[in-house]
Amino acid sequence: MKGNFIDNLPKVYGLYTGGFIVFILLMAVLEQIGMDAETIGILFVAFTILIYAGIGWLSRTMEVGAYYVAGRQVPALFNGMATAADWMSGASFVAMAGGIYFGGHGYLAFVVGWTGGYVLVASLMAPYLRKFGCYTVPDYIGTRYGGNLARLCAVIVLVVASFTYVTAQINATGTIAARALQIPFEVGVWFGLLGILLCSMLGGMRAVTWTQVAQYIVLIIAYLVPVFWMSNKQGFGLIPEFAYGEAVMRVAELEVMHKVGELKPVAGVGLAALTKLHNDPGSAVDSWKFVTLAFMMMAGTASLPHILMRYFTTPSVKAARQSVAWSLLFIFLLYFTAPALATFTKLQILDPNLATGIIGKSFADVSNLDWIQKWSNVGFLKIIDSNGDGILQINEFFMRGDIVVLATPEIAGLPFVISGLVAAGGMAAAMSTADGLLLAIANALSHDLYYKMIDPNADTKKRLVAARVLLILIGAAGAAVASLKLTSILGAVAWAFNFAASGLFFPLVLGIWWKRANREGAVAGMILGFAAGTYYLVHIRWLGGAEILDLNHLRFGIVGMAVSLVAMVVVTLMTKEPDQETQDMVDNMRIPKGTTILSGDH
Amino acid sequence: MSDITPEVRAAHWAKTRNLTILTLVIWFIFSFVVHWFANDLNGSTFMGFPLGYYMAAQGSLFVFVLQIFYLAYAQNKIDEEFGVAEDE
Repeated sequence: MKGNFIDNLPKVYGLYTGGFIVFILLMAVLEQIGMDAETIGILFVAFTILIYAGIGWLSRTMEVGAYYVAGRQVPALFNGMATAADWMSGASFVAMAGGIYFGGHGYLAFVVGWTGGYVLVASLMAPYLRKFGCYTVPDYIGTRYGGNLARLCAVIVLVVASFTYVTAQINATGTIAARALQIPFEVGVWFGLLGILLCSMLGGMRAVTWTQVAQYIVLIIAYLVPVFWMSNKQGFGLIPEFAYGEAVMRVAELEVMHKVGELKPVAGVGLAALTKLHNDPGSAVDSWKFVTLAFMMMAGTASLPHILMRYFTTPSVKAARQSVAWSLLFIFLLYFTAPALATFTKLQILDPNLATGIIGKSFADVSNLDWIQKWSNVGFLKIIDSNGDGILQINEFFMRGDIVVLATPEIAGLPFVISGLVAAGGMAAAMSTADGLLLAIANALSHDLYYKMIDPNADTKKRLVAARVLLILIGAAGAAVASLKLTSILGAVAWAFNFAASGLFFPLVLGIWWKRANREGAVAGMILGFAAGTYYLVHIRWLGGAEILDLNHLRFGIVGMAVSLVAMVVVTLMTKEPDQETQDMVDNMRIPKGTTILSGDH
Repeated sequence: MSDITPEVRAAHWAKTRNLTILTLVIWFIFSFVVHWFANDLNGSTFMGFPLGYYMAAQGSLFVFVLQIFYLAYAQNKIDEEFGVAEDE
């Protein structure tokens, strides 16, 4: 190929996508000639991880600019794909459709929140932070407000939020690796970490960028292909997202017929049975819960450093803005498919006219189905004839939400090759997010804590060695915590958003939009906001305290953000305004023209 | 940098701010207001969907994607109008 790598990106990733499709077809052929499902699963996961590791190796670097911000030359569209992979975690890939299946309308708050947040990123943050020219989020806080204390506060919030998040992702890689490769979970966690480090250690942000693009391609193919296939099979056309309105209506009829919500499941099974209606927005309290959850997820999106730092890698401010738009488009493809998938799965299970329907059928017949037996054996599913009438009722069918994505190909009778593909997609989603998070933490510690605060005279080599050592240590700590399985994946993810928004949202936004904002105010906003949010979480979660305004542990950041805003504004107004140099810095941040505020080699 | 006068900066920022406010108003409506009234919206249908469900599962998402593409386009126009866009 002629020209440099950046010019050839469409060609490189076009070939890669073609190669991946050929691999899928090859697996399909091998299945036809008798290869077993386990081997196909292992080949899928192993092959894709090998590719990512190869990209990581080819992207190795010893330059600071390449390590921290991928040399600032990632085109808007490709950065959009990388951000989408960075963003969509194991939770989005595996758990979201299942969450909608069980949670109905209320759960769609995650879908709205995890997309609408990008409007805040695009309008309030990304282009201005790109103009600033920082390497990390604390780098911006530390320079805009000045002083090591502000920088340190930002580092602490970043580490707490991102570490909470990364343990969930390593947990997810461990779960998927364990099942696909048939190894124990504890081994799977360390295996997953090895894969993650191979992608990020040698090339930092540059390597993570190019592996994330590759991971996006795998995960989106893996998510969409089964849904399109299934939809086509059921006569909803090739693009089901536009045509499943009827299915939503039909599910509502079936829910009445099967008495969803009326029949209560027996307690103590450890798995969930369907009790919520698919499309019931509920009372005013439910509306309040919907908007508060959506708001927290949006504010968290705009405060999470592993997302913001992706926009430091674009060639220009203009490209940073366009890149946010591409990111959301690529994310949208998965998020508007998840509710369709949840609806189809529900329809297949509930509709007695379909061959796949199980509710209302004979208990003995359902027990003999292949997929029921297979998933029962691994504890993901359970059927109990609790009223002893020999018929399976809706409150007698228990499962884990993850099944909606993982088992749907089998429920719908698709070939095994699709299940292998889904495993590879889930692995890609969890690995790409874990990569971004680990790098965000390690970079904040190596650049802000070590280089800016402890040893400003360290040479390039020393800085980059420190960055890598930290990456390994944090990864190992994450894997160690993940193997303890302290929290559920979804709980940990929502907490990360709340932590980040409590401490960082207002100091980030006001630093750009309020010239008067000063160091004292920012420090007060970070410390008090973060402390108030954390205190409230502990108060309601472990000390048995009452919830204020129905704000539960998924929404504790609202308390933190309110305190953060008030503290920052009051303290800023009580202390003197920032000096002229800082005010000029804010002016220059607001226009794209001119050099970045921090030089390329700071 | 000196060729950009404080007046130009102020005018550019005023327009930027207005665009941002417009963006956030639309964002607010499609993030919160429509979902607050999901029960009422479910009385109507759109493309075969109950409207309240449609907005949460797709409609708001479409609006978000479109408005960010529009924002990128419109902000670039503003930057060019005041001569503060980056040199290509």
